[in-house]
Amino acid sequence: MTLTVILASLAVFSWKILGYLIPQKWITEGIRQFSERVTVVLMSALVAVQTFVSANQVEFDARVPALGVAAILFALKVPYIVVVIAAAAVAGGLRALGF
Amino acid sequence: MKRVLSTSISVGLATGLYGISFGALAAVAGLDLLSIMLLSILMFSGGSQFAFIGVIAAGGAPISAITSSWLLGVRNGFYAMRLNNVLAPRGFLKLVAAQLSIDESNGVSAAQDDLKSQRLGFWATGIAVFVFWNLATLLGALAGDFLGSAETWGLDAAAAAAFLGLVWPKLKDNKTLALAASVVAVVGSLFLPAGVPVLLTVLIALVPRRSK
Repeated sequence: MTLTVILASLAVFSWKILGYLIPQKWITEGIRQFSERVTVVLMSALVAVQTFVSANQVEFDARVPALGVAAILFALKVPYIVVVIAAAAVAGGLRALGF
Repeated sequence: MKRVLSTSISVGLATGLYGISFGALAAVAGLDLLSIMLLSILMFSGGSQFAFIGVIAAGGAPISAITSSWLLGVRNGFYAMRLNNVLAPRGFLKLVAAQLSIDESNGVSAAQDDLKSQRLGFWATGIAVFVFWNLATLLGALAGDFLGSAETWGLDAAAAAAFLGLVWPKLKDNKTLALAASVVAVVGSLFLPAGVPVLLTVLIALVPRRSK
C-alpha cells in the first residue's frame, strides 16, 4: 500500500510541477488571463458539485440551506472561519432534526 | 498583510475540519496509519486523496487508485501555471511551491489585489493548510471511530462553504463565468464519472472575455 501511495503522490506532483516548468516566455497575456479564469471556473464548479450532487444525482438536502446561509454570511463580511463553522452547524443541525 | 495572514490561518483551520473526515474515512477504507499520513504529506491534494481511498475502499486495483488520483490532480497544474507567474520561484523553492499548489493556496492568492499580497496569500495559506491538514488527518485516522460520519457533523457542507469563501471575492466580476461553470458541472455530474464534470469546466475558461 505504501508503494502505491508514493507512486500516486508522484503522479499528482507531476501536474503541480508541470505548471512551474513552462518557460515564462510562453506565458502570453491570453494564457495569463486563462489561468485566472480557470481558478474562478474550477472553484465555482467545485462549490456547485459539493452542494447539489450526491453519487451522480442532483440532490437538494441539508447542504443547500447550509450554503445559502454561508452565502448570506459572506455577503455580510462575517469572518471566513465563522461562516464555515456556521455552514457545518446548519447542515449538521438539520440532519439531526431529521431533514 | 495582517488581513491576508488571518485569512490564510482561517482557511487552514477550515481545511482541518474536513481533514478529520479524510483521516477517518481512510482508516475505515483499511489503510494503515503510515499510508494515510503519506497521502496527506506527499500527495497533499484533497480531491485526489479522497479519490484514492474511494477506489481502495471499493476494492479497486492499485493502478485504478493511482490513475484516479492522478486525473483529479490536473487542476493543480492549472493553478501552478498561474502561480508560476505570480511567484516565479527558483531552484528548491520551485519544488516547495509546486507541492503547496492546491485549491486553497491558489484561491487565497488569486483573491488578493496586489502582487505582494498574492505571494503572501499563497505561502501563508499553503503552509497553514499543510500543517492543519496533516494534524487533522492524524486525528481523524486515530479517533475516526468515535466521531461518526462527516455528514452527521455537516462537514460536507463545511467543505462547500470553504470553497465558496475562496471564490467569493472573484464572483462580483465573474458572475456569468461562475454560473456557467456551476451549471456545466452539476449537469455533467448526471452523466459523467465523479471528477470529470469539474474538469470539463476548464473549457469554459478557454472562451476569451469580451473586452468592455
